[in-house]
Amino acid sequence: MDEIAPEYDVIVLGTGLTECILSGVLSVKGKKVLHIDRNDHYGADAASVNLEVLFKKYGNYAKGTEPWKQYGRLNDWNIDLVPKFLMSSGELTNILVSTDVTRYLEFKQVAGSYVQQGSGPRATVAKVPSDAGEALRSPLMGIFEKRRMKGFIEWVGSFNVKDTATHKGLDINTCTMKEVYDKFGLETTTKDFIGHAMALYPNDAYIDLKGGAVEAIDRIRLYGNSVARYGKSPYIYPLYGLGELPQGFARLSAIYGGTYMLNTTVDELVYEDGKAVGIKATMTGVDPEMTFETKAKMILGDPSYFPGKVRVVGHVLRAICVLKHPLASTNDADSCQLIIPQSQVGRKNDIYIACVSSAHNVCPKGYWIAIVSTIAETAANHHLELAPGLERLGRIEEQFMGSPIPLYEPLEDGTRDKIFISKSYDASSHFESTTDDVRDIYRRLAGEELVVEGLREGIQVADE
Amino acid sequence: MADLAGAPRPSSSVKLVLLGEAAVGKSSLVLRFVNNDFQENKEPTIGAAFLTQKCNLPTRTIKFEIWDTAGQERFASLAPMYYRNAQAALVVYDLTKPTSLVKAKHWVAELQRQASPGIVIALVGNKLDLTNDSGDGEGTDANDSGDARKVSTEEAKTYAEEESLLFFETSAKTGYNVTEVFTAIANAIPETSLKTARGAGASAAAASRAEEQRVNLNGPRDPNAKEGCAC
Ligand SMILES: Cc1cc2nc3c(=O)[nH]c(=O)nc-3n(C[C@H](O)[C@H](O)[C@H](O)COP(=O)(O)OP(=O)(O)OC[C@H]3O[C@@H](n4cnc5c(N)ncnc54)[C@H](O)[C@@H]3O)c2cc1C
Ligand SMILES: Nc1nc2c(ncn2[C@@H]2O[C@H](COP(=O)(O)OP(=O)(O)O)[C@@H](O)[C@H]2O)c(=O)[nH]1
Ligand SMILES: [Mg+2]
Repeated sequence: MDEIAPEYDVIVLGTGLTECILSGVLSVKGKKVLHIDRNDHYGADAASVNLEVLFKKYGNYAKGTEPWKQYGRLNDWNIDLVPKFLMSSGELTNILVSTDVTRYLEFKQVAGSYVQQGSGPRATVAKVPSDAGEALRSPLMGIFEKRRMKGFIEWVGSFNVKDTATHKGLDINTCTMKEVYDKFGLETTTKDFIGHAMALYPNDAYIDLKGGAVEAIDRIRLYGNSVARYGKSPYIYPLYGLGELPQGFARLSAIYGGTYMLNTTVDELVYEDGKAVGIKATMTGVDPEMTFETKAKMILGDPSYFPGKVRVVGHVLRAICVLKHPLASTNDADSCQLIIPQSQVGRKNDIYIACVSSAHNVCPKGYWIAIVSTIAETAANHHLELAPGLERLGRIEEQFMGSPIPLYEPLEDGTRDKIFISKSYDASSHFESTTDDVRDIYRRLAGEELVVEGLREGIQVADE
Repeated sequence: MADLAGAPRPSSSVKLVLLGEAAVGKSSLVLRFVNNDFQENKEPTIGAAFLTQKCNLPTRTIKFEIWDTAGQERFASLAPMYYRNAQAALVVYDLTKPTSLVKAKHWVAELQRQASPGIVIALVGNKLDLTNDSGDGEGTDANDSGDARKVSTEEAKTYAEEESLLFFETSAKTGYNVTEVFTAIANAIPETSLKTARGAGASAAAASRAEEQRVNLNGPRDPNAKEGCAC
């Protein structure tokens, strides 16, 4: 086995998506990277796993039985632990294209984006209207409201933050989104699907935020632009599951000289004068086990590697469900996102359902995987909190739901101790917050903004 | 072949991956095949882990998309994404290092478990120039100090036959048998598993229907070339 170098520029701990993107970017920029994971697979919390691994992770089966055997070939299952979709005009797509990682992956559209209005048996599930034409056909609004919505969507399309003529007489940089909605006379139910299913806010805090209108409008435009890109929904999804994303960026890092070690436990972080300067670690799964020590100018990683340096900021509730049918009222979509805005079901946080199927090579034909999630609002009764989402699924073949998943954030920004820690993958339905975290960590550790455009130009070796 | 004149041979892309222990000569075999070059004590080439090379057969052209490991095999940390959907694999061992054949057998088993069912696997014993039967009869440095061979042709060949693998002994250094490996793989790829290269050939239509929903992220950002919402 090769030798481990005595010193690296950066040691990265954990192979989640955030860590792998940063590892890839740093390697391309010429940094010498050592990338470690304690598990025997890539992806950390952002991995995709097969049914046997999932049953064993959740332990919801009788000892001695092998329930996964009734579900076809194990290799056909790639179930995401954290459900998210990519916005087709979003930042992760931009990073994938700029780094050429698209070369290793294939993407398909997510077939539909839906929103629920009302609750219980009388709830309506309908496509989220993304343009003026769809607004006019939508069952979500009455005849007059449709017109108002059409006017609003057209205005968002022509809005230009630098051109006051497009601001409808509002002081756009200080006003709230509520003032914008009121200008168009939109009803509460309409605001609900605009804010939650288009701007993708997880709760209503954005409405009364002073100066928050511009961001909300930007988010609605991102949604519209993403739908416009491929047509069916704003979302795309990689074949074989989200676990392919960290693997793709890890390959990028390796191609530019990054060193990869799975099955490796960090025994100790080594400090000098309060700054991290290296690690002691052991690689298992090889004979004999390999214990080593190496130095680094900085260490970055996910919260699980730095138990004393993170705090819990909330909990996510998540149920992974295996179905034999598509979601009701989604036009038999092979994949979709369904958002249940909080106010529709008397909650403070939205409930998300992400549904994928064999169309994306994540399960055998005839199955659908639906993941229901939300932010925990109570200390117990978690299955009740998810109930409005689970009710939408109809018959469930298998359900995997563990205890609430803590969301971690670093206590410090890393400039003092040279330890840069990522945030947990939040409850949001897409990757925009993940890429915000990537940019934030990069800014902290490199002291400059991350520019991905043209990253590989000039250093790329020709294909043929 | 007059009957083929003017009618370009159908061309298909084939994803080929390299597997095997570190330092057995995987990258060197690719370098020999693609550039007909060899570098002693080669440093891993930065930025080049994806090469293409055409292989012309009498009735068709195979365009190999060759994926090198990018060194991720060094600490047994190759990502499954790497060999996903591979239509061909070169599993390489070093003729002078018996443990590398053990490792090669692990890779064959892993491919049989995880890879696409129709995958063509070639078992390749490399560094033949370090043995007494270096193929072209030319003596090498190693020959002066005796035969460095530690894995017999017999043993590897028997194993390859049991597992239905193509089998070759090669030298990336002298080039012996290198093109032959790739040509044999090209010939062994079943016609049915060939995707016609994008835009070429009529049979592509059926395939593209299944691919309908695939999206090309490198395409234009906004097809309608519109700012703002698609109104
Ligand atoms: C579906 C799901 C989603 C999760 N999502 C998140 C998330 O988004 N963010 C998040 O931070 N956590 C997440 N977790 C992790 C979870 O909150 C606990 O932190 C974790 O499960 C605790 O370890 P474990 O015993 O479950 O072992 P595993 O998670 O299986 O950990 C694997 C191995 O790592 C070891 N290990 C665990 N923590 C450390 C450590 N600090 N240092 C060294 N070794 C360690 C364990 O002992 C074990 O051997 C998620 C867990 C599940 C099941
Ligand atoms: N003598 C000899 N050396 C070789 C041969 N192929 C590769 N090497 C050497 O073996 C070392 C490892 O080769 P490399 O291609 O990097 O192996 P990889 O790690 O499997 O990609 C390098 O020093 C090569 O020069 C060969 O056929 N004969
Ligand atoms: Mg190599």
